[in-house]
Amino acid sequence: MREWGRSGRPVAGTNVMQLRSATCFLTIRRACKLDPCRAPLHAAPPEGDPSTNHHPTGAVPIPAQSERKEVNMKKTIILGAIAAAGLSATVASAGTLDDVKARGYLQCGVTTGLVGFAAPDANGEWHGFDADFCRAVAAAIFGDPNKVKFTPTTGKTRFTALASGEVDMLARNTTWTFTRDVDLKFTFAGVNYYDGQGFMVRKDLGVSSAKELNGATVCIQTGTTTELNLADYFRSNGMEYEPVPIETNAEARQQFLAGACDVYTTDRSGLAATRATFENPDDYVILPETISKEPLGPLSRHGDEQWSDLIRWTLNALISAEELGITSANIDELRKGTNNPEINRILGTEGNLGAMLGLDKDWAYNAIKAVGNYGELFDKYLKPIGLDRGLNAQWKNGGLIYSPPFR
Amino acid sequence: MAMAEPEGAPKESFRPSMLIYDTRYRAITIQVLVLAGVLALIGWLVNNTLHNLEILGKPLGFGFLFEPASYDINQRLIEYNSRDTHLRAAFVGLLNTLLVAAAGCALATIIGLFVGVLRLSKNWLVGRLMTVYVEGFRNVPVLLWILLTMAILIDTAPRPAAFRKGEASMLFDAIAITNRGIYIPEPVFSRSLGNIHLFGSSSLRFDVSLDLVAILVALIAGIIASILVRRWADRVQEETGDRPTTWHIRTALVVVPPVLVLWALGFHLVYPELKGFNFKGGIHLRNSFIALWLALSLYTAAFIAEIVRAGIQSVPKGQTEAALALGLSGGQTMRLVILPQALRVIIPPLISQYLNLTKNSSLAIAVGYMDITGTLGGITLNQTGRELESIMLLMLVYLAISLSISSVMNWYNKRVKLKER
Repeated sequence: MREWGRSGRPVAGTNVMQLRSATCFLTIRRACKLDPCRAPLHAAPPEGDPSTNHHPTGAVPIPAQSERKEVNMKKTIILGAIAAAGLSATVASAGTLDDVKARGYLQCGVTTGLVGFAAPDANGEWHGFDADFCRAVAAAIFGDPNKVKFTPTTGKTRFTALASGEVDMLARNTTWTFTRDVDLKFTFAGVNYYDGQGFMVRKDLGVSSAKELNGATVCIQTGTTTELNLADYFRSNGMEYEPVPIETNAEARQQFLAGACDVYTTDRSGLAATRATFENPDDYVILPETISKEPLGPLSRHGDEQWSDLIRWTLNALISAEELGITSANIDELRKGTNNPEINRILGTEGNLGAMLGLDKDWAYNAIKAVGNYGELFDKYLKPIGLDRGLNAQWKNGGLIYSPPFR
Repeated sequence: MAMAEPEGAPKESFRPSMLIYDTRYRAITIQVLVLAGVLALIGWLVNNTLHNLEILGKPLGFGFLFEPASYDINQRLIEYNSRDTHLRAAFVGLLNTLLVAAAGCALATIIGLFVGVLRLSKNWLVGRLMTVYVEGFRNVPVLLWILLTMAILIDTAPRPAAFRKGEASMLFDAIAITNRGIYIPEPVFSRSLGNIHLFGSSSLRFDVSLDLVAILVALIAGIIASILVRRWADRVQEETGDRPTTWHIRTALVVVPPVLVLWALGFHLVYPELKGFNFKGGIHLRNSFIALWLALSLYTAAFIAEIVRAGIQSVPKGQTEAALALGLSGGQTMRLVILPQALRVIIPPLISQYLNLTKNSSLAIAVGYMDITGTLGGITLNQTGRELESIMLLMLVYLAISLSISSVMNWYNKRVKLKER
């Protein structure tokens, strides 16, 4: 028993040490979660330096002691590294741009597949209006539109993915609403598509207006504003309906085609995109009513203004490029210099707008060169699925697409 | 070995060091230290979470539960509309969870019992078929079975429109099987007693149908009367050796009172009718419910079948032989000798299967069945952005349901377990 007791001492000792190092780890990490996190973390090891290597009195330190201290110091560094690793995965850390640069690629949340906006092709390459906006942001940061990783998110998972830091931004036909902006703590960079909710039905139902849908079975994606608009619309018109909640657009398509629901409702752009993938699109009709305003746009987390500015002005650069006639084809020509100072400022041949964003002066050039201007994107992805410019024309042509000036 | 202290040795007084060196106290010391460590860790996690939520500007709060939910739910056992609160929506979801769990447990037990017994059948084909069923179902994830069942229901059944065109017709003019679910006749009372409203106008209010209460009271009274008759028959048998024939009296006692009550209430059926886009009237069993219910039942039944088989095989063969030697028939042997003993082995693992089924019902969203995971943990969570609160409530709800099922089944287990005298 006594012998055990003797050997028990060191055991107890290591326990205490482990416990202490554990608490140390916890405190460091805790400190890092606070806002001014990085500074103390990186500052800690150098602080230990003078006391070990240069003794204040100039006396030679006892070797054994210094060794132990060195070990301690190493431990601190290791713990610091662990804490830093933990930190990079934590929520709401400021400096998203730094994180993205350090990581080497942009993490962009997109839909699980909506032709025209973001959908993978046979090779797994994502294409679409939203997907290319992600590429534009990646190009603005890295000068390379391919430094982006797409994360498919559903209507339900998108906000959690963004808030938790799993993605850096969402470009995923998300409606800008008060609660999402204010209560859910997101920042919308602007509107890249003015949409509204509509209804699609089979032609042979003989329905010509949404007002005739009393008693219908309606397929709807859960976790969207459309779900709430639908409830309000039917309630205010005194009609009944049977909602069939569905997780993704693909499931909705399957159920709608099988006739498990009479009506599919989502944003009109989404309806057009879905209809375009049907075998016989002409058997289906989109009803004339638009029951809501759905301004769709890219968004990021609240509280990192540098990052949301970057997204906002990348979007504005694409919009201004169309307005000023900058296209991916003539951009190299224009970059040699023009008489229009705004074009010069955008393309970085004049002023230093890029530096203000924390980017190269070529940022907007890279973005526009990579994916084309707003109009080019629209023509490439949204025209083929049957969407016309409508509200999304440039303001000069009577639409709502309008960028603040680059000045 | 510490116990081997010679008697009469001088009694040591307690010293702090004994907490480490004395085996009598050491175990306690270590446990106290570990407990303190675990508590500290939990405390830190909670504190850290609250702190970070504070930074995010989303302090923990449950006020959102009392905001209007603003969404509709298709299957609701209680009255609900989009202006009701999130709490009410969660309650609707909870009842849907309980419905599919209860129906699932019942069907799984019935199927499991039959398959388990039949798997031991001497008939080669029956035995093999049951083996195929058990191995097929329990070796494929339940989510796939749910999705497959849903796909079959949607793609094979006719659309409501097909009934109008005459391409499909109703079963017995009463049941309509469509790709949106099955519509069955609904019992209606023309002289209804009405409902009792419980909990006023709060979010947890619900109505109890007095008609249902009356029928249940009549049924239970009949069953009690029937038991009294049986006891009387037992007494007569003990005194005279002759058992009076009672089955017709007992059947009448159970059947007649509910039927009388039904007649008094003006019971009749309302048949589903095709009106507009869908069938109206009758009870609508939605595809989502049927798919989830069938898939969960068939999946869990495969496990229950194995449990039943193990239970039966745990009863020594001598018991069967003895029962047969006494002149009991095969059915009587199973019912009176083997099953009562097998139940002791069957019940404990059966509890786990019930719990599994209930928890697996949270896969409901895969087919759009609005259970509590779909309402509180799905739409409410998404529309309010209160992830932590919603998920914590959800976990609490499942914990409460599971513990309730366990306690009921444990009570039943105590009743059937071997009485040691």
